[in-house]
Amino acid sequence: MIIDLPSTTTSALNKKLVEIREQGGQVALGRVLTLVIVADDDAKLEDAIEAANDASREHPSRVIVVAKGARTAAPRIDGQIRVGGDAGASEVIVLRLYGPLAAQGQSAVVPLLLPDAPIVTWWPGAGPKAPAEDPLGQLAQRRITDSAAEKSPIRALTTRAKAYVEGDTDLAWTRLTHWRAQLVSALDLPPYEKVLGATVTGEADSPSTELLAGWLAEYLKVPVHRVKSSSAQGIISVKLERKSGAIELTRPDGRVGTLTQPGQPQRRISLQRRNNPDCLVEELRRLDPDEVYEASLHGLHKIAATAPKAAPKAAAAKAPAAKTPADKAPAKRKTAEKSAS
Amino acid sequence: MSPASWRNPLRDPRDKRLPRIAGPSSLVIFGVTGDLARKKLMPAIYDLAHRGLLPAGFSLVGFARRDWEHQDFGELVHDSVREHARTPFKESVWNRLAEGIRFVQGTFDDDDAFDRLAKTLHELDEERGTGGNTAFYLSIPPGAFPVVTKQLARSGLAAADDKSWRRVVIEKPFGHDLKSARELNGIVNDVFPEESVFRIDHYLGKETVQNILALRFANQLFEPIWNANYIDHVQITMAEDIGLGGRAGYYDGIGAARDVIQNHLLQLLAFTAMDEPLSFEPKALRSEKAKVLAATKPMLPLDQTSARGQYAGGWQGGTKVPGLLQEAGFAKDSKTETYAAVTLEVQNRRWAGVPFYLRTGKRLGRRVTEIAVVFKRAPHLPFDSTQTEELGQNALVIRVQPDEGITLRFGSKVPGTTMEVRDVTMDFGYGHAFTESSPEAYERLILDVLLGEPSLFPVNEEVELSWEILDPVLEHWAKLGTAPEQYPPGSWGPKSADEMLERTGRHWRRP
Repeated sequence: MIIDLPSTTTSALNKKLVEIREQGGQVALGRVLTLVIVADDDAKLEDAIEAANDASREHPSRVIVVAKGARTAAPRIDGQIRVGGDAGASEVIVLRLYGPLAAQGQSAVVPLLLPDAPIVTWWPGAGPKAPAEDPLGQLAQRRITDSAAEKSPIRALTTRAKAYVEGDTDLAWTRLTHWRAQLVSALDLPPYEKVLGATVTGEADSPSTELLAGWLAEYLKVPVHRVKSSSAQGIISVKLERKSGAIELTRPDGRVGTLTQPGQPQRRISLQRRNNPDCLVEELRRLDPDEVYEASLHGLHKIAATAPKAAPKAAAAKAPAAKTPADKAPAKRKTAEKSAS
Repeated sequence: MSPASWRNPLRDPRDKRLPRIAGPSSLVIFGVTGDLARKKLMPAIYDLAHRGLLPAGFSLVGFARRDWEHQDFGELVHDSVREHARTPFKESVWNRLAEGIRFVQGTFDDDDAFDRLAKTLHELDEERGTGGNTAFYLSIPPGAFPVVTKQLARSGLAAADDKSWRRVVIEKPFGHDLKSARELNGIVNDVFPEESVFRIDHYLGKETVQNILALRFANQLFEPIWNANYIDHVQITMAEDIGLGGRAGYYDGIGAARDVIQNHLLQLLAFTAMDEPLSFEPKALRSEKAKVLAATKPMLPLDQTSARGQYAGGWQGGTKVPGLLQEAGFAKDSKTETYAAVTLEVQNRRWAGVPFYLRTGKRLGRRVTEIAVVFKRAPHLPFDSTQTEELGQNALVIRVQPDEGITLRFGSKVPGTTMEVRDVTMDFGYGHAFTESSPEAYERLILDVLLGEPSLFPVNEEVELSWEILDPVLEHWAKLGTAPEQYPPGSWGPKSADEMLERTGRHWRRP
């Protein structure tokens, strides 16, 4: 059911919501959060609402869409309420804001927030440089941006890294989860050896690739090389160098990954690029600050400057050589001590 | 570096996004053509793959008598996944899974077949890197356990080494009384040590059952009143609306009490009545469950505190259905009960004097499983009796299935000029507050087997304690020698069950 309320006020919208609830029991379900979607009133808006509806099957929520219309028009709110089949398991309130109101979204959103329930703000398109300072971001416990949807994704990511406040997150980070899961489990298995160096290859403007490199740099504390390639979309491969050989995870076609480890057969893994509803579901699953994301943003500085393809190999080859004597020395000392005692 | 001292630098306990992916492994299913394997196990495996929780190189081996090639078995899995999987069918996920599907043809007494199985597993390790880690799912009658476990031991499949693990998964029934349960445990433990035996009670894989622990121990609201001071009694119900057509071979002579009360209902009782575990470590959880089961005894005298029945023929929900005695395969004078109700008491300070009523049956009003915690009446009502005529006892109902959720019943004023109090309900539905797609019980349990996470699997101590509780009742019924009371299909059980509660001034909740 879609109800249009042209040129309306938030109190009229609230009244209508209560009316629908009393008449049909439509909205009388438990809502776990309010999701505020901030976007321009354009063709992509419906995709975002669709994604939110999909996500609502796991996280029933009230979705408030702040669609910014023409800034030059007279100030006006066009409201729309969607419930039932048109809204998944959520209730969607679309607010089309015109004129000076378009910049005052929070004033229209506040009266419609659910009591007690946490608030998540999502910018599916271009978002603010510092989400936590945006009036609609200030309302929220969690602020979801999407660097990949910006005009210059890498710059957007680095600016946000500087402005990071607990509760910020980015879909470029969410898209990484499957890659990270595979890499973590690969290191759970023998041989239990230190990682000596890493190389991450991906599209030049893929913020996910940057974040993956940042995450590895921060946690492995080894030099991480970022190689730019345009042979496929998004992340293309990750290589972790170890003494016995490299762990390599590659995805040349954006769908199936291949995991290669020394002494193990090659394994193929379904590593499909993730769509927005899927990422949003994961994002809404936790509402506390994501420390690992923060650490990975921090790791962005540590990524070694883009090197030509041959360089990382040389560096990796050098690294073990440099390490070996250092590794052996304490062991020797121990045996010496033993024999002495 | 040894596994114990290895610390994975990429693991961070704060990283809650990362799913728990099982390590390299393979799963062997015996009895792969059975209903359970087709409708639950294989779809659950696909769903796990779809959610990205299976390791790369995961392999599935089917073992059965049929003369099949790998592809034929692959087709069976494909069809059952198509039909029964919870998550949408994706070609790319299926293709990865299908690469690791193998079939071994043979009977359980065929040495050669088990050698072939060992060879297949060895090949899978080399081709796909399963690391030799293998789980054996025995989806077969317990009668076949001795021969299969012996074969596994003989072919060297059961022996774990320090680099890989072997686990065995078994399904109910875990024996038919204490003695046979001990024998069965002995047979399995001869070959597999207890820590690698995973007994599946699929109820424990259900979100609602795990939520009992969250409800009780994560909230301040309920635990203070969760005792004999406030609780009048507890009713645990598992009702099914279907009959036993076609299941005579398994069910005749077993009956409802052994089939359901011994495992599912007593596990639900343990979750409801246990004390707070020290932690959610498997050991702490199991020791609390064992403690409460050891304190649980049937209330006496048994002829007044237990009831059993057998469904008669008649009309149910618009169709004519046969009674048990008319079902094909059942003896015409079968004394097998299709309805069983028992009264238990938990002999500790928390529960002194609180009866736990457990009932289960076939061909009852509708399919439902729930735990109803019924509270005492308010000690004093400052209302006239006319004003509270319609006020019942407060109750907290945990709906295990279907329509998973929790209902709280309490009195509320009826709108109007007079003071009148009537029961109303406050409702929490899983489907409303969370997800449409909460994982199937088998998904969770199979993943736990592969991860080696034993919390949700009863150990043999719990199985034996459950039989100790139930054996006196079963012996009492056997001594009576009479036929169980008949009850009409689609009703809520025999009269004797209602009388059993009426003796204490209580009545069954209509679920």
